[in-house]
Formats: sequence, structure tokens, C-alpha cells
Amino acid sequence: MNAIRVRGLRKAYKDHQAVDGVDLDVERGEVFAVLGPNGAGKTTTVEILEGHRRRDAGEVHVLGDDPGKAGRTWRSRIGIVLQTATDAAELTVAESVRHFAKYYADPRQPDEVIELVGLTEKAKSRVRTLSGGQRRRLDVALGIIGRPELVFLDEPTTGFDPEARRHFWTLIRKLAAEGTTILLTTHYLDEAEALADRVAVLAKGRIVAEGTPATLGGRHSADATVRWTDDRGPHEISTSEPTKVIAELAKHGELAELTVSRPTLEDVYLELIA
Amino acid sequence: MTTATALPGLFSLGLARGGTELREFFRQRENVVFTFSLPAVIMLLLGTVYVKQPIQGQLFAASMVGAGIISTSFVGLGISIAADREDGTLKRLHGTPMPLASYFIGKTILVLVSSLAEVVLLLAVAWLRFDVELPTDPKKIATFAWVFLLGVIACSLLGTVVSSLAKSTRSAPAVLNLPYIILQFISGVFISPLTALPDSLQITGAIFPLKWVCQGFRSVFASDEYQVLEVAGSWELGKIALVLGAWCVAGLLLVTRTFRWTNDNR
Repeated sequence: MNAIRVRGLRKAYKDHQAVDGVDLDVERGEVFAVLGPNGAGKTTTVEILEGHRRRDAGEVHVLGDDPGKAGRTWRSRIGIVLQTATDAAELTVAESVRHFAKYYADPRQPDEVIELVGLTEKAKSRVRTLSGGQRRRLDVALGIIGRPELVFLDEPTTGFDPEARRHFWTLIRKLAAEGTTILLTTHYLDEAEALADRVAVLAKGRIVAEGTPATLGGRHSADATVRWTDDRGPHEISTSEPTKVIAELAKHGELAELTVSRPTLEDVYLELIA
Repeated sequence: MTTATALPGLFSLGLARGGTELREFFRQRENVVFTFSLPAVIMLLLGTVYVKQPIQGQLFAASMVGAGIISTSFVGLGISIAADREDGTLKRLHGTPMPLASYFIGKTILVLVSSLAEVVLLLAVAWLRFDVELPTDPKKIATFAWVFLLGVIACSLLGTVVSSLAKSTRSAPAVLNLPYIILQFISGVFISPLTALPDSLQITGAIFPLKWVCQGFRSVFASDEYQVLEVAGSWELGKIALVLGAWCVAGLLLVTRTFRWTNDNR
């Protein structure tokens, strides 16, 4: 059974169709990234899967249950990492993690979770004194304290500096290595490429492409571009057989600045959402 | 599968929520100081003008204690729920196996503790400044207890309902304080006896809980000969129980119909 199965999901707000017929399958143990520009319907989709938002139409199964009707037991099996919360400001990091651990039948050890998200040194600090990145790591701690089978991360690294993002990625990889299914939305392509087993591109409420980061949008089978420079200046050839081209060119001696490139994920992505 | 293990009980989670609520509440120093001191400051100011004879002190202190617990329940709880809705507390809880009932048990603990603290503060001021005599008759103390409980519960529920009208934490104090201040005028707190008010205002005041809470407390702090000062000429204890009980039921129904986890349209 898939962790997530969505068919024909639709949701409209007053003035626009936010989600317009989305189908989605996420396998257990998979890290699945939903890519898309702002306003593509990522957050709406995820909030419906989390049980935070009602849908207009479609079939949704998350861990086998309909999130719109699921109860406490179901909620104890998922973990939601909030992005904009400023709650628990007057508690310390340790107090808030320990408090949320009480909600679950079989929680992780609070101190271990604090260690895992790298907040051990801040354990006794009030939550309101944390930096933005530390606050988000606490959100992860609260999202995973209940040992969830499936974790939702909605644009988790927006506003992070590069170092904080790398730390965050390491944390997500640790969770994935433990077998946790992860659904992540992002508009950072490198993030999807670094973390996801599979990605789906959402644009204007529809999924326009789906695949592994390496094959998305036919990226792996697209023509390669061979570039080099000689006395007459830079050259560029687009070909489906780059090896042959280079072998041919190599007969004339060393090729300066030789590169072979395929479309980057960004090229494919920009094409898809255009 | 974790589903085999039982989730923690609703009530024990409520107690855990209550502990956390109290901890957060009392760590917000300005909040505590201003929420608590306002009724006491008003009592000192108005009391200095109103209280000329001991009985006036008894009646006024009783009404101010009524107003005090409405400020901790109706206003205080309403603001705290509006804040929970805005800062993500409720959204986060909605994504966990914690039941809404446990959240409300936690809030009940918060309101009961803060209301009791308010009563203690107001009685201390009344006793020190206006030589108010505290009740010793067990029957009167029992009356105080049930009026306190019913009043706090009814007003907490109403505060929860009204908090849903506030669009943000910033607007919440305004939304909650306006009805609170109006009610203090027409419920016999600022203007007493109530018979000094025009009939229309008396009747309006009699619809809401504050008038009945204050009347109940006056019956506790003044001897029975003073019930002639009331609109009905008696303490009307049965009617107080009836009106406050009805508000508890109506409040509960309204809460279940109006409660929202977040501010945005789902």
C-alpha cells in the first residue's frame, strides 16, 4: 500500500482553482518532492493531505485513511513540520519537545530528538530567543517526536542561509535513512535534486511532470550539448550522440574547454512551468 | 505499527496542557501584571469616590470581584485563544493526536487558576483599602463557590465564541474589551444600584452573565437586609443559577459551532 494515493484532487478558492485535478502516488520509505512556483497549489495540496484543509473533489488516501475523516490514531502516525508558527514562545526548547512527546503512545526520547536537530546547546533557551533556522529545527523536532511514518515538510528551508540548508538536508537524510516517508515541497531545485527519490512538478494546480530528478521531463534522453574552443573561437553542437562527436573532433588534437552537458533540472523545470 | 499502543487519555493530556498553559501564562510578565492589575486599579479609583459607608464597600467589592473574574475568563481566555489561533499553537495541535477536549481542559485549568488569583488580589485590595469584611458563613462561601464556577465557565465559553470574531491577535483585545466595558456599566459594577439605570439598559444587562455574577457575589458580601437594593428586591439565587447555567449550555453549543483552528478560510 502506498503512503499517499491521490486521484483527481480539486480545490477552489473564491477567485481561482488552486488545485485542478492532481494525481499523486508516494511509496512508503520514499522522499518525494513537489516542485513548483509560488501559487502553484503546493501548500494547498499538502494541507489537504495533512487534514488541515477540506477538498472540493477527489480521492485522497494517506497511510490508508482519508485525512478529512481520520482520527487521533491516524494523526499519531503522521508528522507535520510547520513553517510559520511562533507558538510556545515562553517555553524552553526542552520543555516544548517534552510536552509534545506526551501526546503520543510511543514517542522518541526528547533529548535524542533535540540532539538530532542540533539544538542540544539551546535546550534550556526560551523558544522566542531562537534564530529563524533554529526555530525551524525545533519545528522538525516537534514534527518527528511521535515517531511518524510519514512527515510533511512544506518549503522547509525558505529563508535559510546556505550552511543552515546543508545541515537541514543532512537531518532529512537521517530521517529518510530510518525509513520515514517524506513529502517535501520546495521551490529550490537543488534541494529537490539533493534529497528526493522522485519529484513532481506542479504548475497552475496540475502536475506537469513526474520522475526521478535525473529523468524528469526527459532530461536524461534529451540532446547533449558539446562545447569547445579553437583558433576560430567557441563552438557548440547539439547532438544525441556526444561520444561519437567527441571521437570525431579528437582526431584534430586536444580540444580546449571541452564540455558535454545535458539540460539541468533548472532548464527542464523552467520549460515545464512556462 | 504504533497503532497497537493506546494513545494517552483525554484527561491526562488535559492536565499536561494545563501545566503548560500556566507555565507560558505566568512567564509573560507584562501580560500577568496588566491583566491582573486592571480590575484592582479600577477598584481603587472608583472605590475612593463611591465608598462612603462600610456597606458601600461590601457591595462595590462584590461587584468588582464579579467584573474581575469576567476579565480573566471572558477577556483573558478570548485573547489567549485568538493568540493560539494566530501564532500556530492551534494549527500545530490540530496536526497531533491531542484531542480538542484536552486543549479545553487545559484552558479551563488556566482560567480557574488565573480567576482565583484575581479574586485573591481584589479581596486583598478591598480588605486593605476599604476594610471590606470577608464572608465566614459556610453557606455564603458555598454560594460564592458556585457563582464563581458557573460564572467563570459561562464567560469562558463566551470568550471562546467571541475570540472567533477577532481576525488577529491585535484586534482581539478590542473585540473582547468593548462588550466587557459596556457590560460593566449595565450590570451594576460601575453604576450601582442598578435601579439608577433606565429600564432598557437594566433589561439588556440582565440578559448577560455579569449582572447575575455580581448579584450573586453581593449576596455573599452583604447581609440579607440589603437585598432590597436589588432590582427584584431579593438576591434571586435560583434565578442566578438558572441564567448562568443556561449561558453555560448556550456557550457550549456556540463554541462547537464557531470554533476554528486557524484564521484563514479552510
